[in-house]
Amino acid sequence: MAEAALAPATPAPAAGRTRTMLALVMLAAALLALPFVATALGDSSIITLATRIVILAIAAASLNLALGYGGLVSFGHAAYYGLGGYVVGILYASLREPMFGVLPATDQLLVTLPLAVIVGGVAALILGAMSLRTSGVQFIMITLAFAQMLFFLFVSLKAYGGDDGLSIRRRNALPFLNTRDETTFYFVCLTVAALYFALLRRVVGSRFGLVLGGIRQSERRMEALGIRTYRYKLVAFVISGMGCALAGALMANYARFVSPDMLHWTQSGEFMIMVILGGVGTWLGPAVGAAILILLETVLAAWTEHWQVVLGPLLVLIVLFGRSAVERVAARIAGRRS
Amino acid sequence: MTGRTLLIAAMLAAVGASAAGAQEPVKIGMITTLSGPGGYIGQDIRDGFQIALDLEGGKLGGVPIQLLVEDDGFKPGQGKQVADRMMKSDKVKLLTGIVFSNIAVATVPDVLDADGIYVSPNAGPSNFAGKDCHRNYFVVSWQNDNLHESAGQNATVLGYKKAFILAPNYQAGKDALAGFKRFFKGEIAGEVYTRLDQTDYAAEMAQIRAANPDVVFQFHPGGLGIAFMRQYQQAGLLGQVPMVVAAPSMDATTASAVGEAAVGVNLTTHWNTDFDNPGSKRFVEAFQKKFNRAPTFYASQSYDTALAIGAALKGTGGKVDDTEAFRREMLKASFSSIRGPFKFGPNQHPIQDWWAAKVEKGPDGKPVIKTTTKVMSNHGDVYAKDCKL
Amino acid sequence: MVLVYEQVLNGLQLGVTLFLLAAGLTLIFGIMGVINLAHGSLYMVGAYAAALTAAKIGSFLLAVPAGLAAAALAGMAMEYLVIRHLYARDHLDQVLATFGLILFFNQAVVLLVGRQPLFVAIPAALDGAVPVGAGIQYPVYRLAILAVGIAVAIGLYLLIGRTRLGMLVRAGATHRDMVRALGVDIRLLYTIVFGLGALLAGLAGLMAGPLLAVQVGMGEQILILTFVVVVIGGLGSIRGAFFGALIVGVVDTLLRAFLPGALRTVMQGSEADALGAGLSSMGVYLLMAAVLLVRPRGLFPAHG
Repeated sequence: MAEAALAPATPAPAAGRTRTMLALVMLAAALLALPFVATALGDSSIITLATRIVILAIAAASLNLALGYGGLVSFGHAAYYGLGGYVVGILYASLREPMFGVLPATDQLLVTLPLAVIVGGVAALILGAMSLRTSGVQFIMITLAFAQMLFFLFVSLKAYGGDDGLSIRRRNALPFLNTRDETTFYFVCLTVAALYFALLRRVVGSRFGLVLGGIRQSERRMEALGIRTYRYKLVAFVISGMGCALAGALMANYARFVSPDMLHWTQSGEFMIMVILGGVGTWLGPAVGAAILILLETVLAAWTEHWQVVLGPLLVLIVLFGRSAVERVAARIAGRRS
Repeated sequence: MTGRTLLIAAMLAAVGASAAGAQEPVKIGMITTLSGPGGYIGQDIRDGFQIALDLEGGKLGGVPIQLLVEDDGFKPGQGKQVADRMMKSDKVKLLTGIVFSNIAVATVPDVLDADGIYVSPNAGPSNFAGKDCHRNYFVVSWQNDNLHESAGQNATVLGYKKAFILAPNYQAGKDALAGFKRFFKGEIAGEVYTRLDQTDYAAEMAQIRAANPDVVFQFHPGGLGIAFMRQYQQAGLLGQVPMVVAAPSMDATTASAVGEAAVGVNLTTHWNTDFDNPGSKRFVEAFQKKFNRAPTFYASQSYDTALAIGAALKGTGGKVDDTEAFRREMLKASFSSIRGPFKFGPNQHPIQDWWAAKVEKGPDGKPVIKTTTKVMSNHGDVYAKDCKL
Repeated sequence: MVLVYEQVLNGLQLGVTLFLLAAGLTLIFGIMGVINLAHGSLYMVGAYAAALTAAKIGSFLLAVPAGLAAAALAGMAMEYLVIRHLYARDHLDQVLATFGLILFFNQAVVLLVGRQPLFVAIPAALDGAVPVGAGIQYPVYRLAILAVGIAVAIGLYLLIGRTRLGMLVRAGATHRDMVRALGVDIRLLYTIVFGLGALLAGLAGLMAGPLLAVQVGMGEQILILTFVVVVIGGLGSIRGAFFGALIVGVVDTLLRAFLPGALRTVMQGSEADALGAGLSSMGVYLLMAAVLLVRPRGLFPAHG
C-alpha cells in the first residue's frame, strides 16, 4: 500500500488542482489494483496487510480531525477505537450466549458498524464534554485518564473476556458478499475508508472546518467574533471519536478478535505517531503515516527480532530532522495544508 | 540468528522468493513471545526447539526443517497477524511456539480454520480441550489445569488442611485456581485474583497473614512470580506459611532470580533437569553447552514438541499437506519424551506423570530444584470427555 | 482496623516511590515544558545498573551509587542528544520522540543484558521484618524506602526553597522567558534539572529492584501512574508531586485491598475480584479526572 501511496507523489512538484486530481486517481487505481497484483505475486498476505493499513488510516485520520485541525491533543483516542471493537465483539458474543437477555445480538455488518459509530459518538460526547473544560497538557492527561478508565473497565468485565479478550469466530456478514474472503473484505474496508475520507474533506472544507481552524490558531479571536468555541471543539471531538469507533469496528472484524489492548495507552500513542508521521492537519497525511508505521514495523520485525532498537531511534530521528521531509511527501499527496 | 526471512522486503521488491534445493525443507512457523517480561519464556521455547534441530543436523525425523521464528510481542492481535503472514506468504502449514493462553486463544482458531496444524509447546487453555477440541490441534505440554491439579494433589499428600490461593485474573489464572481446587481436599481460606500487570503484592501479603492459612498456593508465571516470592519472604511469611506451587511459578530462571527466598518451596512438575533418562541428559547437556544456562521446563516441552513433530514427519515421509495422515502419525506419539511415559488422550492433550519437587540450596548456595516423588501417574484432563473427535 | 493500618503503610511506601519519579517528571514538565514518556526508562536503567553492579561486586550499598550514576548519565545524555531539541517543539513531537526512546531503551536492555529478569538481594542490614505497633511485623526494607523517600522530599524542599539553583528552578517554572532574559545559562540549568530528575528516577528504580522483578518494561508499568501524580499535584510543583504521590499511593492500595472484598459480599468470588481489581485501577484515574474538573491546574499549582 505504501508503494502505491508514495508512487504518485514523486513527480508532482506543486499541488496544482489537476495534479492533485491526477494523483488521487492514480492512488485510487493503485489501491484497487493491489489485491490483483498480490494474487498475481502469490502472496495474499499483502492484501491483509493493506486491509490493516486502510483501517488504521481511518482511525488516524479521525484523530487528526481533533488533533490536527482542531488543535485538541487527545492521548486517549484508543478508547473510542476499542469501544467500536467491543460493540462488534459483544454483539457477536451475544449470538452464542445471550447476555442478560436484553442485549441485541447480530452479526450483520450493516447493523454493527452504525451501532459502533453511535456508541463511539456518545462516549466521545460525554468524555469530550468533560475533557474540553481543560486545555493544554491537562487536556492531554485527562483524555489519557478517561481512556485508561475504559481500559481497566474492559479488563475487569469477565463477562466480555476480561484480559483475554473476545474472539469473533466469523466476520460480520454483508448481504450478497462473502466477507470471509480477504479480497472482498479489503474492498469493503476500502469503500468505507473512501467514503469516510470524502466526508472528512467536506467537513474540513465547510464553514465548520474553517471555524475549527480558526480556533486552533486563536481561540480568543474566534470568541471575540462571537463564536461559541466550546461547541465547535466538542463537535470535532465527537466526529473524531465516531471515526475511531468505525475503525475499531472494522478492526474487530478484520482480526476477528477484540481485547483491552485496543484501548491501551500505547495504542493511542501509535495513532498519534501515525498522524505526526503523515503530517498534522493534512487530509490524506494520516493515511500515509499509518502506512509508513505499519510497514516499518512489519519490515523491521521480519528482519530482526530486535526491531524496536531500530524503530525507536528512527522515530526520534524523524522527529528531529526528517519530519519535514516525510511531511512534504505527505503534503504532495494530500494537497495543501488547510 | 534464527531462520528468519525477509518476507516483506521480498514483497516490496515484488520478488517471489522460492528456495531452490534438492529436498524442499518443511517449514515450521514458531510464533512466540520474545519481548516484554515474558520474553525469556519464548526464548527458552525457541532455544529448546533449536537444540532438537541441532542434535539432528537441522532435521527432524530425517526431514530437513526450515524454522521461522517471530515475536508476538505479547499481543494477541500481533500473534494473529504473524500466523496469517506465515501461512499466506511463507506457505507454512505447521505452527507452534505460543507461550500465553490468551494469545493462543486468539491465534490458534485462525490457523485451524485455514487448515493448518498447530502443536502447542506450552499453553493448553481449557477452551480447546473440551467441546472446542480440533483434529489438527495437538498439545505436547499439558492442559493448563494439569499443572495446578498436580499442585493440589501435592498439597493434599503433604497433609495441608487450609489453603490460601492466588492467581492473576486471566484465563490461565482461572484455570489454575480451578485445577488446584479440584484436587485439594482441604478448606480454602481465601481466594484472591491479582492483576496481570501488578508488581507490588504488599496488599495480598497482608491478606494472607490475616487469613492465617496452613499453606499458600499461588500461580504467578515469570516476572510476576519473582516479585511475589521476594515480597513473600520480606513480609516474613516464608518461614511461617509453606508454599505449594506448580512448575510455572518456580522454573529454573525464576528460582535463580528469586534466590534464597525460593528455598523450601514445594512444586510439582512433569520434567526437571535432574530426570534420569538418557534423552533428558543429552538435552540438558546440549542446551547448557550451547546457551550457557540451565534449560527451564519450557525448553524441555519445546524440545519434546520438536521430537513429536519429528516422529510424525518421519511417519509421513516429510509430508504435512495430508493433515489426516499427519494426524495419524502424530497421535502414535512414537517419540521418546524426555519426561518419561507420554501419550495423547482423546482430545489430543497429553497423558503423563507428575512429580513433586522441592527447591533446595545447591552446593554454590544458589537454589536448585530437586525432584522427590511421583504424585500422579498417567494423568489426563477433565475436559477430554467433552471432546468428540 | 489492623489490616487498614498495614495497608496504609503499603500505600505510603508506594506513594514515596511514585514521588521520586514524579518529582523529576514534574520539574521537567514544569520548567522545560517537555512531556517525557521515557522517564520510566530511566527508572529501568537505574534498576538494571544497580542489579548488575550488585551481582558483580556483591554489595548492594556499592550498587546504589552505580545505579544513581547510570540513571543520571543516561538522563543527561538523553537531554543532550534528544530532549534539548524538543524544547521549542510542540507536545506532539515530544510524545513521538520519547515514545521512540522507550522502544529503544527496552530493546537495548534486551540486547545488552538479555531477557531473563535479574536478581537483587536485599542488603543484610535491611532484611527481615520489625514490629511497627498493633502487632504487625513490617518489612524493614519497605520502611527504609519510606524513610529515603521522605528524606529526599525534605532535601528537595530545601534545595528548591533555599538555594540559588532552587531559586532558578522556581523562577524557571513560573517565568521561563524572564529567567532567560536575565542571562541565566538556561541550557545548563535544563541539563542539571534533567539529570537530577533522572537521578531520582534511578533511585526509585534501584530501590524497587529487590522488591519487584528487575525486567524489561518495568518503567512503563509505573509511568502512567506517575503522570497521574504529576497532574493531580500540579505541573511543576514539588509539593504537589509529594502530596499527589501519597494520595495516589494510598488510594490505589486501599482500593485494591478492600474493594474486591466489599464486592464479594454482593457477588461471586472471581467476578468480584475481577471487577474489584478493575474498578480499583480506575479509581486513581477517576480521582485525576475529578481533580482536573474542579481544579484544572492541580491541587498545588506552581504557577501563581
